[in-house]
Amino acid sequence: MLGAYFDFIRIRFLTMLAYRVNYYSGILIYTLNIGVNYFTWKAIYGGGESLGGFSGAQMTTYVAVSWMARAFYFNNLDREISTDIRDGSIAIQFIRPYNYVLVKMMQGLGEGVFRFMLFMIPGMAIAMLLFPVQLPTEPSAWAGFLVMLFFSFLINSQINVITGLFAFFVENNEGMMRMKRVIVDLFSGLIVPISLFPGWLAEVLKVLPFQAITYLPGSVFTGRVQGVGIWNVLGVQVFWFVVLLIPIVWLYHAARQRLFVQGG
Amino acid sequence: MRRVSGCSCREGEEKVYYLGLLWEYLKNYMKTRLTYRADFWVEVISDLLFQATNFIFILVIFMHTDSLGGWNQNEVIFVYGFFMVPYGVFSCFINMWGFSERYIVKGEMDRVLTRPAHNLFQIFLENVDPPALFGSVIGVIIMAISGANLGLPFEWWTIPALIILTLSAVAIYTGIYTTLTSLSFYSDAPTGILPLMYNIQSYGRYPVTIYNRAIQVLLTWIIPFAFVGVYPAALFLDREEMRGMALLTPVVGAVFLGIGLLSWNYGVRRYKGAGS
Repeated sequence: MLGAYFDFIRIRFLTMLAYRVNYYSGILIYTLNIGVNYFTWKAIYGGGESLGGFSGAQMTTYVAVSWMARAFYFNNLDREISTDIRDGSIAIQFIRPYNYVLVKMMQGLGEGVFRFMLFMIPGMAIAMLLFPVQLPTEPSAWAGFLVMLFFSFLINSQINVITGLFAFFVENNEGMMRMKRVIVDLFSGLIVPISLFPGWLAEVLKVLPFQAITYLPGSVFTGRVQGVGIWNVLGVQVFWFVVLLIPIVWLYHAARQRLFVQGG
Repeated sequence: MRRVSGCSCREGEEKVYYLGLLWEYLKNYMKTRLTYRADFWVEVISDLLFQATNFIFILVIFMHTDSLGGWNQNEVIFVYGFFMVPYGVFSCFINMWGFSERYIVKGEMDRVLTRPAHNLFQIFLENVDPPALFGSVIGVIIMAISGANLGLPFEWWTIPALIILTLSAVAIYTGIYTTLTSLSFYSDAPTGILPLMYNIQSYGRYPVTIYNRAIQVLLTWIIPFAFVGVYPAALFLDREEMRGMALLTPVVGAVFLGIGLLSWNYGVRRYKGAGS
């Protein structure tokens, strides 16, 4: 049975590989995004003191790592699920002898592995050539970062699954999916590191799951968080991974009761 | 395939014919939207939230600095207000998101091509998105507020210039996205450029002078997103150094719209259908 789930990872990876040319333009444009952010921050720093606990060099690294992490954890599971719901093909998937949500997560992971190898790694190499990115030398920072990156993927995918499953209840969740995308980019710390937000907003964001996607791993990688702090960050990620399982299980069961197909 | 003209009627009647089509499509749009009423508002809010992201970015930046490349907070906010106006108009009338999947892979393009109205015009109409205009309204409000804070004079040419520059910026957007979308006539795989381009366009709203030379050239002449934000806004802000660029906006708009239409029409001629 586990083998069958593993096959979903493999098949999605191979499917992505068939369309890999698409990703060359992606690398270019992510690099451009990093570049524009880099120059904006450079203009803000001007003199060169530190902002929100980030030095200029750390900020450059943070921006590069955050975008490259996004290159890995990003996926369209929400859209895939809501399409399955809207065209009715979810009915067939529900009677098959597997867990639909778990299959989607596996497919997301297959995409993630592809994105890691053919998007994130080469993208990072190019970003390092162009911008003064400082990679950590401590092996613990690297090991920690890779584990945290995996949790970024899990948490982001969980949020996607929740958004997608909402199509059961709102019939058309196009707007919700767009809203989710904006919220994740802003509140995860991709656009602005959370420590730079005004105090009250930073406090609010600290009790939301989004910071676990970008901000926390990025803080570890840039060396702002070290030693025991790394374990705390990992703890926060594990916490949110477990907590987000609850709405998924609930939505999944509620959805099976509610299933009605809009044509198709 | 030869380009088919709108209908077998004279110039004036053709215009009426296209306006009639626009009206019919808008009516159709309303009917579709009323089926999913709650979603309409979710979409308006999500659009505004997207704009808010950028707005928050500006506010956060100015919590930590007084000027961005020599521009103060109100100036940067004013530029952003202007930026929202053409972007709203563009998103309302021109939306090519998912063109390749919908029209080429699923074969909808064949249906469009058998009809008399120009194919690109039909595609625009089938994807109208009026809630996007809320963004334009908010943009005007932002310009008014930050303009008042800056004490900008309201001249006789302010409104006409705003209209001309808005239309020029819309032409630039249309040109760029039409060109990129027409690439899907040449390659089978849907290109990933379009969604990512959406990230880059918003950088035209910052004072381009903060970027290094290569990015300045890129944003000015290759994908001229500086002309949908900072350059035209500089005219109202009375920024001497960018006045020339601001006045160039309509020219850039015409050139890029021309490139877009040419590459589109050329692409359509190559189109053979997906055979599904």
